[in-house]
Amino acid sequence: MEEKLIKDYSSSGRKGYSLPPLEVEKSDLEAELTGYLRDDLELPEVSEVDVVRHYTALSEMNYGVDSGIYPLGSCTMKYNPKRNERVARIAGLTNIHPYQPEKQLQGSLEILYQLKLDLAEISAMDEITLQPASGAHGEFVSLMIVKKYFEEREENRTKVIVPDSAHGTNPASAAMAGFDVVEIASNERGMVDLEALAEALDENTAALMLTNPNTLGIFEEDILKITEMVHQAGGLVYYDGANMNAIMGYAKPGLMDFDLMHFNLHKTFSTPHGGGGPGSGPVGVKDFLAPYLPRPLLKKDEEKYYWDYQRPKSIGKVHSFYGNYGVMLRAWAYIKTLGGRGLKKTTENAVLNANYLKARLKKDFELPYAEDSLHEFVLSGSRQKEEGVSTLQIAKRLLDYDQYAPTIYFPLVVKEAMMIEPTETENIGTLDHFIETMLTISREIKEDPELVNKAPHSTTVRKLDETKAARNPDLHW
Amino acid sequence: MMDYISNTAAEKDKMLQEIGLKEVKDLFQMIPEAVSADERLNIESGISELELMRRAQLQAGKNKSLDQQISFLGAGAYDHYLPGIIDALISRSEFYTAYTPYQAELSQGTLEAAYEYQSMICDLTGMGIANASMLDGGSAAAEAVTMAARITGNSRVLLPDTVNPAYREVIKTYGAGAELEFVDLESKQQIINPAQIEKNINDQTAVVVLQYPNFYGSLEKMEEISKMIKNKKNTLLLVIANPILLGVLKAPADFGADIVVGEAQNLGNGLNYGGPNLGFMACKDDRRMLRQLPGRIVGKTTDVDGKEGFVLTLQTREQHIRREKATSNICTNEALNALMATIYLATMGKEGLKEVGEQCYHKAHYLAKKINGLSGFEVLNQDNFFNEFVLKSEKESTEVFEELLQEEIIVGYDLKNIGENGILVCVTEKRTKAEMDKLVEKLEVL
Repeated sequence: MEEKLIKDYSSSGRKGYSLPPLEVEKSDLEAELTGYLRDDLELPEVSEVDVVRHYTALSEMNYGVDSGIYPLGSCTMKYNPKRNERVARIAGLTNIHPYQPEKQLQGSLEILYQLKLDLAEISAMDEITLQPASGAHGEFVSLMIVKKYFEEREENRTKVIVPDSAHGTNPASAAMAGFDVVEIASNERGMVDLEALAEALDENTAALMLTNPNTLGIFEEDILKITEMVHQAGGLVYYDGANMNAIMGYAKPGLMDFDLMHFNLHKTFSTPHGGGGPGSGPVGVKDFLAPYLPRPLLKKDEEKYYWDYQRPKSIGKVHSFYGNYGVMLRAWAYIKTLGGRGLKKTTENAVLNANYLKARLKKDFELPYAEDSLHEFVLSGSRQKEEGVSTLQIAKRLLDYDQYAPTIYFPLVVKEAMMIEPTETENIGTLDHFIETMLTISREIKEDPELVNKAPHSTTVRKLDETKAARNPDLHW
Repeated sequence: MMDYISNTAAEKDKMLQEIGLKEVKDLFQMIPEAVSADERLNIESGISELELMRRAQLQAGKNKSLDQQISFLGAGAYDHYLPGIIDALISRSEFYTAYTPYQAELSQGTLEAAYEYQSMICDLTGMGIANASMLDGGSAAAEAVTMAARITGNSRVLLPDTVNPAYREVIKTYGAGAELEFVDLESKQQIINPAQIEKNINDQTAVVVLQYPNFYGSLEKMEEISKMIKNKKNTLLLVIANPILLGVLKAPADFGADIVVGEAQNLGNGLNYGGPNLGFMACKDDRRMLRQLPGRIVGKTTDVDGKEGFVLTLQTREQHIRREKATSNICTNEALNALMATIYLATMGKEGLKEVGEQCYHKAHYLAKKINGLSGFEVLNQDNFFNEFVLKSEKESTEVFEELLQEEIIVGYDLKNIGENGILVCVTEKRTKAEMDKLVEKLEVL
């Protein structure tokens, strides 16, 4: 490895911390806690400088949005504004304990309430919970709401329908909530096949989970027909908000007759992804589902903000406290900075950027669905595959050119898929650079496929053996 | 207004031309009118950074933070010392603006740090395998319970009331999805009587949940209860541990824990009103368990040149591969918070973590002894407690809480919030003798 492990800097007796001296008399800890004590901890013994240099070295082996384009489809890797980070580090907003009395925290609760109102406006939903800590967490909450709703109505509905183009979290969340998952195929235009839907719907259908635009970036033009069909069968329709960046100011899930949905604050609302988290996945519902939202729910009573715990129909809690507040502060700062017009402009530019990329790449890479698309699109590397190079290797070759790769092999409905989402914060310069790199790789595949097949060449480590990692797990030092 | 969009009008025209459209709104032609938000979003106009910071400061001014008072609040979120280097290092944007490390070769920083995190969690808990993080302590506990049910094929869960009530509620929410059966065990704010476990454990029991130390700060009879569980072939022991105390307290593995989870916010993460927090999860080094473990796992491997490196591994457990048959739906986790915990543990080292634990213990016991000397007040915990205890008073707990609030002291968590009498007091290494003496002085004159 390029940088040794922190434990390899350890030297017995070395210290990187200091605490004030203990000013109180000691208890007889050894005697009082007999049988509960240990002396076998092996944490590294390193200095402050060791720690700083080691993690600085690790950061230099990483790539973030601040390093360059990050065109991961469905991940909405937009720029993370620095002012949001400033807001999220104001001590008066952050050095607060979740069990402080509400009267001491009206400033923070007001921020959260404003965020709720803005999310409701963007989505045309009636009530919002901020508790889910990720998108998948929001999906789970939504499906537990569906489950509870039908239990209350004494309807035994066991099935959740999921299109084959859906995110993997959708079927996994449905299964966690105890539902049977029914997958339906997309039609040749990449949209929900209405006949397949009609066939799947019956008196056991609890819900349809859908993202719109879908993972191909294509807007379901029959959306009102789809939601109507599900409603007529007595089911609910859930909106996966992963792709909200495509529609802000142009369409609202509530107007599409979705009953409930989740947002990804770490996608649409610019909060950083932190190398895999934290995120935040608020859930919005129509009024008739509001009683089932997790406890507690933020409410306003004249001029006072408070947490309402008196919610007898609630599905219960899914987080120890109120969710990822630090992420919410950043999303609030973002929405305040952009305002309604800025959000709409965001969507316009996200869609413009994606369509520009598509227009310039579709000659050299196969475009499996010709439908108009919004903020993202899916190419297939099948032509290159015929020339002896897989999509995986195209992705690895991109890394040699200091650019991150698109989402690959997803959605599952496209062979050798490359799902590309540039977001609005790239400009024509970085897009052109990405296009030229893709075209170069396409040329390289024709001229010297081995060069691409052996990529990456210039990263800190070269292609890693994933099979070995899974076969002989080495999961700690 | 600021929108982070840098394409100029001329550039947009050029792009539209390439696409073959005239106007930006033509890109949205496929959206039916009935669902379109044809009016402007009714959200106030955007503001500049200067205005934003003023507004945020204004909101902060309406709060009373812990910097403005003395706090003995714990109950699941803890106020410990945060070394300054943590924020400096995680503010490097290569870390915080990165995505999940799907392209391992360009994400070695995130991956190596996660491997270190897993190693340190294994060290703290004594377990053989740790994942790369869970959403928070409550959801980690809940996913551990459903994991235990999958491993054992049983659905009965013994859940003592000495487990954090918020966690119990989260566990039951997840349990409703997995259709588990819960047996609540009562303790009256003390420790759970092992006889109750003995009485309720049977061959259908999937898991017994113990918190270490428990919600009321006391140490359960871990050894004794563990033996009862080991007598059952198909019942697991789940321990919810407080990781910062594991510099002093015996590793849960040494009590026979099968799965260990908890909230690691107190390892180098601030309070942030309870989120983002950091759930951790570890289990025995056992293939049957590993196959059911939720969440991402980082493993060490080699590249084509034989050089060591790190990748996400064992992904066939996860939702993006296994879909409805996955061990969990978890995707986004708390990677940056795990990095903070890793930097914290590296900085403190084994000596530092031990000293933090010891200071917490000595200070809490100093305060408890003083309180026991006051008339009208006593410490309820009759068994060993670590650094949290229940303050009982002749007066109603809420009255005591409110009166001390006037003196700029938050005495703890008022158990009235969960329908019990008493106040749960927490003392960390950050509390000074002067602060504790002030609390005693004020209690004396209440």
